[in-house]
Amino acid sequence: MEEKILYTITIFSENAVGVLNQITTIFTRRQLNIETLSVSPSAIKDIHKFTITTYSDSEEVMKKLVRQIDKRVDILKSYYNTNDELVHQELALYKLSTEKVMEHGGIEYLVRKYNIRILEVTRDNVVFLKAGHYAETQALFDELAEKIGVLQFIRSGRIAITKSPVERLSDMLAERERKMTN
Amino acid sequence: MNSNSKNINSQPALSPGGVGGGVPEEAGAISGSEALVRSLLAEGVDTIFGYPGGAIMPVFDALYDHKERMNHILVRHEQGAVHAAQGYARVSKKVGVVLVTSGPGATNAITGITDAMMDSTPLVVISGQVASSLLGSDAFQEADVIGVTQPITKWAYQIRRPEDIAWAVSRAFYIAASGRPGPVVLDIAKDAQIKTCDFEYTKTNFLRSYLPFPEPEIENIEAAAKIINEAKKPYALVGQGVILGNAENELREFLEKGDIPFGNTILGLSAMPSDHPLNCGMLGMHGNIAPNLKTNECDVLIAIGMRFDDRVTGDLNTYAKQAKIIHFDIDLAEMDKNVKTTVKVLGNAKETLPLVAEKLKTGSHKDWIDEFKPLEDKEYQAVIKDELYPQSGEIKMGEVVNKVTEASGNKAICVTDVGQNQMMGTRYFKFSQSRSMVTSGGLGTMGFGLPAAIGAKYGAPDRTVCCFVGDGGLQMTIQEFGTIMQYGTNVKIILLNNNFLGMVRQWQELFFYERYSETHMQNPDFIKVADAYGIKGRKVTDRADLDGAIAEMFAHDGAYLLEVVVQTKGMVYPMIPAGGSVTSILLGNGHTI
Repeated sequence: MEEKILYTITIFSENAVGVLNQITTIFTRRQLNIETLSVSPSAIKDIHKFTITTYSDSEEVMKKLVRQIDKRVDILKSYYNTNDELVHQELALYKLSTEKVMEHGGIEYLVRKYNIRILEVTRDNVVFLKAGHYAETQALFDELAEKIGVLQFIRSGRIAITKSPVERLSDMLAERERKMTN
Repeated sequence: MNSNSKNINSQPALSPGGVGGGVPEEAGAISGSEALVRSLLAEGVDTIFGYPGGAIMPVFDALYDHKERMNHILVRHEQGAVHAAQGYARVSKKVGVVLVTSGPGATNAITGITDAMMDSTPLVVISGQVASSLLGSDAFQEADVIGVTQPITKWAYQIRRPEDIAWAVSRAFYIAASGRPGPVVLDIAKDAQIKTCDFEYTKTNFLRSYLPFPEPEIENIEAAAKIINEAKKPYALVGQGVILGNAENELREFLEKGDIPFGNTILGLSAMPSDHPLNCGMLGMHGNIAPNLKTNECDVLIAIGMRFDDRVTGDLNTYAKQAKIIHFDIDLAEMDKNVKTTVKVLGNAKETLPLVAEKLKTGSHKDWIDEFKPLEDKEYQAVIKDELYPQSGEIKMGEVVNKVTEASGNKAICVTDVGQNQMMGTRYFKFSQSRSMVTSGGLGTMGFGLPAAIGAKYGAPDRTVCCFVGDGGLQMTIQEFGTIMQYGTNVKIILLNNNFLGMVRQWQELFFYERYSETHMQNPDFIKVADAYGIKGRKVTDRADLDGAIAEMFAHDGAYLLEVVVQTKGMVYPMIPAGGSVTSILLGNGHTI
């Protein structure tokens, strides 16, 4: 079997109830596990954007998956990409004990090394934020867990934009509306 | 976003992207139920198959005022309502409409909805739902109908406000009928049926997120024509897409100009007349020898409105590897799904076939077409002769089908259930006009036949409807005898009774060492059952009585149950075992390919 590759699926949908369910059942039917998921309003009014990552050993499967997603009435367009075609990012939050951080003493080194942003410091806790690829947020987690101890940790789903020049969706919509009114 | 119902509660009734055309109906505050019925009337609906219940009662109450224009057929089980609507839609080119209550009413409809999804049948299924204030609270007869039906519908939508009814119905009909058709579910909360709203109906003809008719791509049209023009052994596979696209004439011109022989998928049957010189028969597991074998000998395989189902292809690793493959389909998701194609001709067959045909040279493939003939003779000698014209022994299933189709002048609509009766019906029934085959192809739903036949009769009241059914399948929806009784629906039911679940028994004989686990059935006196419902019937056990009984069935003005006691251990041959290559065909009785 070929090695599994991480694919990023980008989906534009109408802002309707139940779209996520329609999308996930297509993943379920193909026995694809969703690694990360991020949903938010897109640049275009009333259109939402889903970014989903999943491992697969076959680009063919991704092609079929995207076509089956595209086919749903509430979906405007979906794409798949590999990492090299994308600029992508995740966010991670780390909560640590203030006392342990003070005891450790080497915080400046860690902040510089990982480009950490400190969001909150209270008598009890410190909250760090790190943006980066999975490996980068994971490396920080590993180091903090080993040296200081992490009380809470959360990582967001991936968000991504393509390296190609423009997002074509607005053009596609304008084209469709133009054809319709003609 | 998905839990955010802001859009539903605060946006205007027309959702983003919805642009309408058509003539607005009269305005004025009316109940949601009245709005629903008027919306259906605006869509030209005159027949509904349904069953009332608590959460849909306001709609049934509104129907009471529209009896003259809206014919509601009260079935005996919601599954029957959906199958009837399928039969109706398949023969009439219209959208089938189903009306059921919440909870069990809706879940009973699930099998039929799935069947319609698999076979691309346009339906609008309207289910009642508990009042919106009770949603999500496990209220009496509440079921998450949208959650359950999303994977088995083209679109499923819950209506919680009366003012959303008109646009949702308009959308539903547009989505169900356009592009690749399919079932749509509208789940209407009870309070939305009762509260009032202003009513204005606008037909939908555009949704920005939905492209039902992709535009033909000229380079692919040209590429397809070039390949076909260069072909020595072109061969076409005709699917239901031709019928759904009303492209029968375009298909005929295309095939005749190119002189291209063709096989039919089970749902493609009747798109072309059975006796057309280029028609080579049926594809698939129990299809004819020649159309299956020639798949692996042609040099260009032209698939038209079919989806390379596994029952057609068998083992994909050995399927048509020698051929260039051209796939005509309206649904991009079907392209390269099972079989990798050389050229994809995306679009409505009604549009794409003439575009390719225009670029075709007038073909002549006599030598190639002549190659089919010896295989037809072989099948006749090995299988067909004994199945259709046995001189002695038990009555054969194929024999019955053949006599019925002949007695109907090959003009009837053939509805089948699922199993051996289905394979015999599809193999031996003959067609002279399109939309004459109604069967459960993709899902293989036993119990489909009887209610689908009832629906077909409403969809084509001037045509004769013959329903072939086995003793197992008939008992799955036998309660629809009640519907026939109530409305006097004139359907001819031919029960092929072998007191077995015949197809499963056949598999047990071939692949499970004749271990007949749970396939023998002790059956009731079907004629008595029919009699109790006022349906005339006759049981035939002797070959000598068969012709007379069939004549009596057709002569009778009304529903008729013809029970024929057929060969107990009858087999359907030829057979390609599941997952086998299209060339590994079993013929039975010591015959080999």
